[in-house]
Amino acid sequence: MSRRVVGRSVRRTDALEKVTGRARYLSDLEVPGMAHARLLRSPHPHARIVRLDVARARTLPGVHAVLTAADLTWCEPFYGPALRDRPILATGVVRYEGDPVVAVAAVDEATAAEALDLVEVDYEELPAVMTLEAALAPGAPLVHQAEPLAGHFSDLASLRARPGTNICHQFDYERGQPAAALAAAAVTVEDSYAFPRIQHYSMEPHGAIAAWDAEGGLTLWASTQNPFSVRAELAAMFGLPASRIRIIVPLLGGGFGGKTYAKLEPLAAVLARAAGRPVRLLASVEDAFRTVRRCGARVRARLGFDRDGALLAVECHADFDVGAYADIAPRVIQKGTYTATGPYRVPHVRLHSNAVYTNTTPGGAFRGFGVPQIVWAVESLMDVAAERLGRDPVDLRRQNLLAHGEEYAPGDTPVDGKLEESLARLAEALRWAQAPAPGRARGVAAMMKASVAPSVSEAIVRLHADGSVSVLVSTVEMGQGARTVMAQIAAEVLAVPLQRVSVAAPDTSVTPYDQTTSSSRSTTMVGRAVQEAAEDVLGQLLRIAAGRLGAPVAQLRAEEAAIVGGGARLPYPELLDHHFGMRGGELIGRGVVAPGRTAAPLGGSTPFWEVAMGGAEISLDEETGAISVEAYASVSDVGCCINPQQCEAQDEGAVMQGLGHTLFEEMVYADGQLLNGDLVGYRVPRAEDLPARLESRFVENGDGAGPFGAKGLGEGGLVPVSPAVANALARLTGLRLRELPLTPERVWRALRQRRAGAAGGGLHRGSEVTDV
Amino acid sequence: MHVIPIQSSSRIRITVNGHPVELDVRPEALLLDVLRERLQLKGAKRSCDMQVCGACTVLVDGEPVSACTFLALEADGREVLTVEGLAPEGALDPLQEAFIAHGAVQCGFCTSGMLLTARALLAEDPAPTAERVAQYLRGSLCRCTGYRKIVEAVLACGRPAGAGR
Repeated sequence: MSRRVVGRSVRRTDALEKVTGRARYLSDLEVPGMAHARLLRSPHPHARIVRLDVARARTLPGVHAVLTAADLTWCEPFYGPALRDRPILATGVVRYEGDPVVAVAAVDEATAAEALDLVEVDYEELPAVMTLEAALAPGAPLVHQAEPLAGHFSDLASLRARPGTNICHQFDYERGQPAAALAAAAVTVEDSYAFPRIQHYSMEPHGAIAAWDAEGGLTLWASTQNPFSVRAELAAMFGLPASRIRIIVPLLGGGFGGKTYAKLEPLAAVLARAAGRPVRLLASVEDAFRTVRRCGARVRARLGFDRDGALLAVECHADFDVGAYADIAPRVIQKGTYTATGPYRVPHVRLHSNAVYTNTTPGGAFRGFGVPQIVWAVESLMDVAAERLGRDPVDLRRQNLLAHGEEYAPGDTPVDGKLEESLARLAEALRWAQAPAPGRARGVAAMMKASVAPSVSEAIVRLHADGSVSVLVSTVEMGQGARTVMAQIAAEVLAVPLQRVSVAAPDTSVTPYDQTTSSSRSTTMVGRAVQEAAEDVLGQLLRIAAGRLGAPVAQLRAEEAAIVGGGARLPYPELLDHHFGMRGGELIGRGVVAPGRTAAPLGGSTPFWEVAMGGAEISLDEETGAISVEAYASVSDVGCCINPQQCEAQDEGAVMQGLGHTLFEEMVYADGQLLNGDLVGYRVPRAEDLPARLESRFVENGDGAGPFGAKGLGEGGLVPVSPAVANALARLTGLRLRELPLTPERVWRALRQRRAGAAGGGLHRGSEVTDV
Repeated sequence: MHVIPIQSSSRIRITVNGHPVELDVRPEALLLDVLRERLQLKGAKRSCDMQVCGACTVLVDGEPVSACTFLALEADGREVLTVEGLAPEGALDPLQEAFIAHGAVQCGFCTSGMLLTARALLAEDPAPTAERVAQYLRGSLCRCTGYRKIVEAVLACGRPAGAGR
């Protein structure tokens, strides 16, 4: 079937407004009469609030509202998607440096800031747990004393906290006889790997504007990736029907998972209620560092192989540092851990992970959703195993790849890609068969990730009387190009020019339900819903035309905004005019994609498998320890590129974000304080860090569950970066580093330590050295 | 710490995107706030707020400055170019065209600053190498694109054969 719009790199439908400065983000919006908000945050990682006096702040001219937890008696003040463990404002105890204590709304931000200066707070410091080790130690101080209430997700209904500890959820999975298989394995490799806390740094920090109407309804403009989840939280907190809460989402200046689930929205809402007027709350980047981050992790994995290199068993235990509040981290740990065996066939598996509270910024969703932490360990160990087995790393991986149609886990979706094709394309892109230049080495890694399930996406497509089309979906445009892709899909199905299709901005009172813009799911799930809705409209057109022409539907088709067949050509406006008996009316199509609960281990079968493989070619400055990534190749199995340029753009961005946490990024705490909670102290990749060669390739076999055989991408490319670079480093130097980021200092220390060891006649190439 | 408010304001005259503007500003007023709040030019964005990210970059007399830390008073008597001034007659600047054609735009939050920084680079060096572009953009962060398409878009405008591919 030849396609007109799908599969082509059409220009983004939002490109023009973005290059001319006309694109509007949350911080560009002004609601008449709105006040401006500021937050007073805790300076301590863990403390009891012994005195809180806001009287002086309340008397400052220009101040509309000063709120503390004591004022929030009219609503349910706790929230959280997995555990309702988070108060809107600290209730007697602060649990991390940055925990909001007081919120102010005033005529302008300067007045709000001045009011905060007048707030008096006395704290009594409590012992804090700043690391996984401290939080898991016997008798460790508890971040939360009481066991919190469950949130609203069915797949997290079985949250298992361990009372009396800092563990708020555990995930367990086992199949086969892992202990026996590992005992019998010819070769086993085992080690611990550490992944740091990472900041999303979407360039647009979080923001929300809240306004209550006279009828007690709430409207929010919010920079959120999942307005419907936020709506569910607010409805529960404020005792409102969902229909009375309206969440409108403008363009987002990046998300990366950091804008999933309620963040500033509850605060903006209670402030607006108290102020009696709309309130805008804009986070600064420093606030964002104190709002959410990637969960750090300590992962211990053990892989067992037979003599021929077949992977027999994987055992993996991970502790995830979820910070002071659980946010969505319980799902992060179970989804990340669940795919620990990656794209490989592994008969015997034992997986276990803990979500561990610490007195740090809450950990939540971040591109990759728990998978990068686990893959960092497992894919590093794959290379350790290859060396032990005397095997080429690509070859060892190839031997163990799952086949197309093979089951990943009993009850879950069979593998929908051709994994060997991805690996072959990677080896080719990386020129694996040719030896690298002297002073250089290459490393590879692979990953397979499940998307969220069960899951629901709905779409409405409207064909107007003039033949133009409106697509109503709640996909959030955060840079990934989703609105363009949805327009392409509708234009393709209805055979209309792309310019005749508009995609509405998410608005929970107008656009239909979509679970979330995350999990690399939008093209597959929402795209499929748009396709079905457009086909629904097309079906109506065909039936109208069939009636008009007296011809069977099977003989008719859509072509250039008309139904053609049997020598006749009926343009859409003519058909609608005939149908309605006037120039007006519209055809409405509906698409609902809702794969429900299944017997799969996580309660739902993934709609698709996101498959990504990556390879790095690096060089090393042995004087400084600085790694240069000279070339990077990334291969993703996407089924079908709806917009190849945007696929590339997503993948290149993912790789560079992965290079960030591989080489420099880490949120550093000392004495309970975040030391680098701003862009001066926290180093993200710059243009100069771009490898000389960065290549994204795509496997397209049309075998995905999405429209035109598409599957999701966007997260995958990030995941293999760390192990690929570390594997290259090991092949170049013999050093196996097990803690990210691979900073020059860390590499240099490892080099020096090895030199010292070599002088003593101890270590040699191939030995493992790591720092602490 | 209690800040003593300064009540005085000063009149400044600036040319913004070719149009002369006169306005009274307080001494501590930042150019970014004056552009965004007083003149409703929302293209320049506030992100890091400490001169690292480049989202607020505008050109003052052709030089890229971080408007988040640049006093409005300092712009007195000077010419300010914001992204809204890049295509005054509706016809896009070659850089804008190239950013679209090369897929260098994703979330768009960095785009205004990137375009203006690139404009300053091309004024200084009409045919930069890829290395020079990457180096010049070190003060312009982008978290979406991975930079490759941005560098390519700038290079496409720098080719001697001309603008916009």
